[in-house]
Amino acid sequence: MEFETVIGLEVHLQLNTCTKIFCSCRNLFGDQPNTNVCPVCLGLPGSLPVLNRKVLDFGIRVGLALDCEISPLVKFDRKNYFYPDLPKGYQISQFDFPIARKGHISIKSSAGDKRIGITRAHLEEDAGKLIHNDQNRSTLVDYNRTGTPLVEIVSDPDLRTAQEAYDYLTALKLVLSYLSVSECDMEKGSLRCDANVSIRPKGDSKLGTKTELKNMNSFSAVRRAIDYEAKRQEGILLSGGEIVQQTLLWDDARAVTLPMRSKENSHDYRYFPDPDLVPFVLDPAWVIAAREALPELPTQKLSRLVEHYKLNIYDATIIIQDRELADFFEACYLIYPDAKKIANWLNGPLLKELNERKCSLHDLDLLPAVLAALIEKVETAQISNLAGKEALSLYLNKNGSLEEIIRNKGFLQVSDDQQLLTVIDEVLRDNPAAVAEIKSGKTNVTGFLVGQAMKKMQGKANPKKLNELITGRLQNE
Amino acid sequence: MIDNQTVQYIAGLSRLRVQDQDSSRFARDLEVILHYVRQLEELDVKDVPATSHVLNIQNVFRKDEIAPSLTQEQALSFAIEKNSGHYIVPKVIE
Amino acid sequence: MKLYDQTAQKLKELIASGDISPQAIQQAVEERARAINPRTNAFLRFYDLPCTQHGSFRLPIGLKDNLSVKNQLVGCASRILEGYRAPYDAHVVERLLESGAILQGALNMDEFAFGSSTETSAFGSARNPWDTERVPGGSSGGSAAAVAAGQTIWALGSDTGGSIRQPASFCGIVGLKPTYGRISRYGLVAFGSSLDQIGPLTKDVTDSALLLNIISGFDPKDSTSANCPVPDYTQALTREIKGLRIGIPREYFIDGIQPEVLNAVQSAVKLLEKAGAQVKDISLAHTKYAVATYYILATAEASSNLARFDGVKYGRRAQSRSSGRPAIIDLYETTREQGFGDEAKRRIMLGTYVLSSGYYDAFYLRAQKVRTLIKKDFEQAFNEVDVIVSPTAPTTAFRLGEKINDPLSMYLSDIFTIPANLAGIPAISLPCGFDSNQMPVGLQMMASPFAEETLLRTAFAYEQATPWHTERARL
Repeated sequence: MEFETVIGLEVHLQLNTCTKIFCSCRNLFGDQPNTNVCPVCLGLPGSLPVLNRKVLDFGIRVGLALDCEISPLVKFDRKNYFYPDLPKGYQISQFDFPIARKGHISIKSSAGDKRIGITRAHLEEDAGKLIHNDQNRSTLVDYNRTGTPLVEIVSDPDLRTAQEAYDYLTALKLVLSYLSVSECDMEKGSLRCDANVSIRPKGDSKLGTKTELKNMNSFSAVRRAIDYEAKRQEGILLSGGEIVQQTLLWDDARAVTLPMRSKENSHDYRYFPDPDLVPFVLDPAWVIAAREALPELPTQKLSRLVEHYKLNIYDATIIIQDRELADFFEACYLIYPDAKKIANWLNGPLLKELNERKCSLHDLDLLPAVLAALIEKVETAQISNLAGKEALSLYLNKNGSLEEIIRNKGFLQVSDDQQLLTVIDEVLRDNPAAVAEIKSGKTNVTGFLVGQAMKKMQGKANPKKLNELITGRLQNE
Repeated sequence: MIDNQTVQYIAGLSRLRVQDQDSSRFARDLEVILHYVRQLEELDVKDVPATSHVLNIQNVFRKDEIAPSLTQEQALSFAIEKNSGHYIVPKVIE
Repeated sequence: MKLYDQTAQKLKELIASGDISPQAIQQAVEERARAINPRTNAFLRFYDLPCTQHGSFRLPIGLKDNLSVKNQLVGCASRILEGYRAPYDAHVVERLLESGAILQGALNMDEFAFGSSTETSAFGSARNPWDTERVPGGSSGGSAAAVAAGQTIWALGSDTGGSIRQPASFCGIVGLKPTYGRISRYGLVAFGSSLDQIGPLTKDVTDSALLLNIISGFDPKDSTSANCPVPDYTQALTREIKGLRIGIPREYFIDGIQPEVLNAVQSAVKLLEKAGAQVKDISLAHTKYAVATYYILATAEASSNLARFDGVKYGRRAQSRSSGRPAIIDLYETTREQGFGDEAKRRIMLGTYVLSSGYYDAFYLRAQKVRTLIKKDFEQAFNEVDVIVSPTAPTTAFRLGEKINDPLSMYLSDIFTIPANLAGIPAISLPCGFDSNQMPVGLQMMASPFAEETLLRTAFAYEQATPWHTERARL
């Protein structure tokens, strides 16, 4: 029997507001444990939540970017379950009136573009962090993260392969990264993904029993976990067994999914409207204003880069992967309006530098004007392409201004005719055989002479100029 | 009907342990109360909106501005068990 | 003159005229509180707080044990909160401290306010100062008993289904449940969040208005607190009720009311009529469904509100007893099994049940809809009348142990107070006589949302025409 995998993903995105969703504590990752906490986010008796308005704004932004309908009425509900990272014994979330629903996003699949439905996006609060200590058989609890605002984005069960899930996550992250609402960093936990996986005989329309996978720490781990889980379920069905609906944890080191014991008997969440939070009515003007304030999204940017700057799809696609890079591209263009040359520099040397440093553009002290000046120097042959790349690297390593680096490293090329001709004449005199060959029509030997001259100039001659001058000399003789 | 099994299910959900010998007592108490509250079934409420909030208050927000948190010392002052800035619980095996 | 028997208003005048010092009052009240507490069990604890030197109301006040006071134990009369000291002040506590109030201590209550007699307190029932074999009512029984016994000048309680008014009625004092949202709930340990409201328990209506002045108003930390102006409630105490329209809801005068209660209330109505009020019969058609509605909604909210008492962070943690289940689940279950009393367990289980999968629509959602009907009854009634008058409770204070093993009959003792919580409207209970056992009878008045002034005006007019508020329990 052939099986089909049905996958729906739940993506949790931490929002980068200054303060938490329901209290005024700093919303910051990496501080000393239990220092960004107050009676509200610790769930102390008597404390009450008050919504951070910015969280609602960010939620609307995410919903609009995913082509969702924004709910005119937003309310919050309590999701009740016990877990030591959940100080109130319930999570404030949204049940029947999520802020956004019925959206979609496109992914590239082997069969062309595929539209993946977004069931809903809702706002909720994050839980604290548990640190398991094996030595003294205890678990440490840090509540700094409780109350960090989250948007949970739930996809329709439209994904059919682990690869599609991977592609969906990539596409989703790209759109989200344009909204300036989150770091979108899975390693740091600001973007997390759970997967609902079921299988069914190919051709069936009825969904099989699903399992929920948690604890995947990268997009590729999501892919591996889904692949494993689909095969596991297939094995059970083929041997006549039944799938048990349960939560499973992905163990990446052992590459297996294992049942999560600590949440047993807690699936009945008893949602009900949180009496501590009033309803929120979003009048149309609010949503219209949010739509107008929406930044250009990746697909829009791609077509604009292609149409306006005449970039090819390949270059433009690379550039739009990073909104900062795309902005940087346009800023460079204002100074040095050669789109293709800038794209080459961005997608080549600059991306290489970023990858080597494992950082993003804003971590580098690089102004568009500096890169534009560098490109211009290379294009006007003041320095060689190779020297240009080296100069960029040195500049980013804070070895002084671009001018200083070029001067101190002696990167300037000699283009002065008089100086070059003196050397050329020596080379022609020393290599009569080559000269003879060129004269007999073997013009490709010119390159040898250029090389010799370059050697004498210790590499600092403008190679194009050398070529012109040598050719001119020999024609005149 | 509330039977012992239902009592044990609800007790489990609310993380209350109910000893077997107490199960039927709670079952009886709950059944009496539930029987009483079932009188609401007499009313036709099909077209009646639900009231979650008795006042008609909407859109109460807070600005995204930082206010002082508790210090770590204050936050752990009432902790049952603490160590190196954390609350401690028995090892949670996920 | 016994200082501890005086009203706040009277003591304020004595301080202002220089006849007496705040210290002397504090000393007299504290002595009385300690001396008599073994007989009333009204105070659970006395706070350890520095004295205030400034403010217009430097008078002792007792707080129900569900209000957070910084660095003080807050216990809700439950074992599960053992050892928990709040790191912050409730909003009302901040307001009291600003006014110069001397916070005396934590007052006994039903565990987590689950009860109508104070008998579910983990630390023993409080006693009614008029007859210590009887309950003081509940859940704010300690607050009512302390005020009635002169153990404090005035007190704060909380009212989810009658928990201020019913004990006020049982103890012969004035208890006011303000409009939902009138007073911030921040720092009040929640029971039924959509119903809870803090309010004053005082010796008379004037003190009720004074204390309401201190604690009312918008609080940005409580999303459900109303952002509307607070009048000076003492300005409403004019005695003038000519033309006031008073409604008598026929559904509140049912079989099973103690005849002496009925008589006292009917006399009160006659008196109001004589003072110039127009009295008319009205109907609040869905009254009989109020208790059922309430016990679904309040327990549902409570089951969630009490989930945080899990032995992880603060309060009590039971030693787990390796049951073969995950240690953390064992910790939860053992802690909650040992930490909560039976009534708390019953209500948590009832609330969990009505929210659980498959029952939500039949119970919780239906109750929310009936709540709408009950609220509408009042809206319609207040088109015709200004104040609705009824008994506060069907009986006077019952004997200890009389109802504790019959939860439903205990719940039904709140039958007249619960509707005001469901509708969010203000309601007051004030003394209107005594039964043949010399136990006080309470008169309830209800008004439309934020019409506390009308309520106080009517109550004051009645009080000033009767001697009841001057009677003191002899203890």
